[in-house]
Amino acid sequence: MAMFRGVMDRLKKGLTKTREGLVSSLRSIVHGRTLDDALIKEIEQRLIQSDVGVVATRELIESIRTDAKAGKLTRGEHVIDHLKREIKAMWPEADRSLKLAPSAPTVILMTGVNGVGKTTSIAKLCAQLRGEGKTVLLGACDTFRAGAVRQLEIWAERLGVEVVKGQQGGDPASVAFDASAAAKARGVDFLILDTAGRLHTQAGLMDQLTKIRRVVDKQIPGAPHEVLLVLDATSGQNALRQAEEFGKAAGVTGIFLSKLDGTARGGIVVAVRHTTDIPVKFIGVGETPEDVEPFDPERFVEAMFAE
Amino acid sequence: MFDRISDSFSGAIRKLSGSGSISESNVREAMGEVRDALLEADVQYEVAEAFCDKVLKDALGREVTKSLKPGQEMIAIVHRRLVELFGGDPDADQQPAPPGIMKMSPGPTIVMMCGLQGSGKTTTCGKLAGLLKKQGRSVMLAAADLQRPAAVEQLQTVARQANELPGGAQVHFYAEPDKVAAYGKAVGVAVKVCQNAVKEAKAKGVDVLILDTAGRLHVNDELMGELGQVKSLLSPHHIFLVVDAMTGQDAVQSARSFHQRLAVDGVILTKFDSDTRGGAALSVKEVTGAPIRYIGVGEKLDALEPFHPERMAGRILGMGDVVSLVEKAQQEVSEEDAKKLEAKMSKGELTMDDFLKQMKTLRKMGSMKSLLGMLPGIGSMLKEVDIDEKQLDRTEAMIQSMTPAERSRPDLINNPRKRRIASGSGTDQTQVGQLVKQFGMLNKMTKQMGSMSAGSKVAAAQQLSGSGMFSGMPALPGMGGKGSTKSASRGVKKRKPKRR
Ligand SMILES: Nc1nc2c(ncn2[C@@H]2O[C@H](COP(=O)(O)OP(=O)(O)O)[C@@H](O)[C@H]2O)c(=O)[nH]1
Ligand SMILES: Nc1nc2c(ncn2[C@@H]2O[C@H](COP(=O)(O)OP(=O)(O)O)[C@@H](O)[C@H]2O)c(=O)[nH]1
Ligand SMILES: [Mg+2]
Ligand SMILES: [Mg+2]
Repeated sequence: MAMFRGVMDRLKKGLTKTREGLVSSLRSIVHGRTLDDALIKEIEQRLIQSDVGVVATRELIESIRTDAKAGKLTRGEHVIDHLKREIKAMWPEADRSLKLAPSAPTVILMTGVNGVGKTTSIAKLCAQLRGEGKTVLLGACDTFRAGAVRQLEIWAERLGVEVVKGQQGGDPASVAFDASAAAKARGVDFLILDTAGRLHTQAGLMDQLTKIRRVVDKQIPGAPHEVLLVLDATSGQNALRQAEEFGKAAGVTGIFLSKLDGTARGGIVVAVRHTTDIPVKFIGVGETPEDVEPFDPERFVEAMFAE
Repeated sequence: MFDRISDSFSGAIRKLSGSGSISESNVREAMGEVRDALLEADVQYEVAEAFCDKVLKDALGREVTKSLKPGQEMIAIVHRRLVELFGGDPDADQQPAPPGIMKMSPGPTIVMMCGLQGSGKTTTCGKLAGLLKKQGRSVMLAAADLQRPAAVEQLQTVARQANELPGGAQVHFYAEPDKVAAYGKAVGVAVKVCQNAVKEAKAKGVDVLILDTAGRLHVNDELMGELGQVKSLLSPHHIFLVVDAMTGQDAVQSARSFHQRLAVDGVILTKFDSDTRGGAALSVKEVTGAPIRYIGVGEKLDALEPFHPERMAGRILGMGDVVSLVEKAQQEVSEEDAKKLEAKMSKGELTMDDFLKQMKTLRKMGSMKSLLGMLPGIGSMLKEVDIDEKQLDRTEAMIQSMTPAERSRPDLINNPRKRRIASGSGTDQTQVGQLVKQFGMLNKMTKQMGSMSAGSKVAAAQQLSGSGMFSGMPALPGMGGKGSTKSASRGVKKRKPKRR
């Protein structure tokens, strides 16, 4: 709970700082007002500005109208509870835990487009698992971006874990192969594989992810057990396409929503949830390994509408 | 979006085909569609609303309702306003060339990069260095990001890669790796590194010094203060804000904060090689007033292009961009070849050899889809189209089985010749026939596009996309797809606006 408070504070701090008159919080918008068309229009604007997207917003607004007609919603304040209920219901409880292998090692594959925070998020997961007393091995499958391997290595050094790496410019699948073999040999609890950022439109690179999956599965049947797609909380509607394409090529099992410490509300995950059933598992709220929390719909929605 | 706008207007017409004319309220209704399309393209909410107001006024002022082709007229209006939104002059026949990086004497010209985490600053430093090197200007890249692990190493590698690019000048690298402080404690130290970099750049007589700063949140006072300090101590000649084109509504908010703090004089939009419409990033111009200077279109260091408002307007409309396509090809083909090709294209005199060469070039350049997406009217169809590489192989084989005469005059290809080509390429006669037919269409199409002024391309793109000409395109060898027929037939229907 203390941890949660810390994050909430940080989220809220980020949010209040931005109140430079541009986006007023939903709470202040609805406060003390009757629910009419003008208010509904403002609520719509707020949802769009959180990147919830046109389609999901329209449906949420429809649900408000329906309930308003039925007399269930009359005051502005009711709307907040209504939206919270609606959005929260999108993520049933069972979705949120990390999928574990029946027997160690559990393999986690991190994927996503360029610069969203894959490597940093690995450091976060690693720190968390280490905190629970688990052993972790990392695989540096980003053999493309300048300095990528070194970046992961520095995190590994700081967190006291080992990294399996290959040649700069080499085949990422072969690093995945080596890392899987090493994870088995060392008997670690978790293997986390970093991958290079890639656009979901790059067919060749998407195939490469499929190949990495195959190679890992050969070494450790059933692996990767968790394939996380890192989505940047600032991202717009393009994230829908990312979820779709990474889902297809990499078999994404969960979303790691990074950079929620900024002013973006991350409403994009509502849009994503609307079109796919990929659950959100973690949120990133800063640049250090401690800045991670399990995703909690209630807190997420609260922060989305917070002052 | 293009489809959507024209669809919604033709819809309005259809609804009223009995009553004689479309009314103001129909136009208003259709504007709702425009707005939704803009929001789906991530255009910032308030920008989208204001934009729609303007377009509505234009539309009513120009009496779109009385126009023979209200849909097309509407597209033209939206296009104009988009060009304006992105900082262009919609009335200019030719947009002025975007300004480059100024030359200072004595040097160096100081460029500071800034932006959120992961937006592409470091990569863009390398790209700018490459661009300057090509112009014969020497560059120094200075590592002022002491926060992100291995950021210094990353820039070092980028500097080395940039130095390997063509051009007469040198790309230097400056860093103080020992200053990489314990994580999170590097504030202030980076300012000193920047000052030292200026000294070093002066000593080396470098033309342009580019400072690669750490990514930061616009709400982080301490780190924003650091940039403010660099600005006041070094007075950089350019401050570029690097924005990820995939960003959503928040782009405007963060850009506004950076701008308030630093008065950035240019924005660089990265990752435009994705399929993002980039509406949010493009709204940045409207909100900050800072012009968009360059767009990043790939991870490699040569993937930086000057920003053209007019072309971007086409992109956001989904109309495609013939000019960019030709220019892309130009980089691969020699200048001279490209000129010849362009001339041939505009006359509809493309030969099979040219086609083969183009196809090979395109394939070498990678994503066929993204390139074809630049062709008017094709972008939206491609969503549902799978590009079949094997089919492309077959097409290549067919052309290679043609005689030189056949390649330059495909109309020579009669049935016996088709048989011969088919057996030579391991295909069948129908496939060869199809290729020849499609090729004819391609020539017709490029001819039409080539002879048009920028303005009329807008209307023409729409006309073409519905004329049935494009209905063949998805079926062009190598591009088969479930969606193709659907899109095509939709296009054809759309093309018959019932005159009242
Ligand atoms: N503010 C903030 N920055 C983050 C977060 N996660 C990652 N970053 C930063 O985003 C940038 C890119 O992160 P990185 O892990 O290298 O991304 P990758 O390219 O996807 O591996 C770095 O500067 C990170 O410090 C986050 O949750 N909040
Ligand atoms: N596809 C694509 N990737 C880019 C582009 N510019 C940068 N990147 C990638 O985005 C990621 C973050 O870039 P980086 O330069 O490290 O960002 P910084 O944290 O702002 O310095 C890296 O994976 C880059 O390769 C671009 O124009 N297109
Ligand atoms: Mg990485
Ligand atoms: Mg950087």
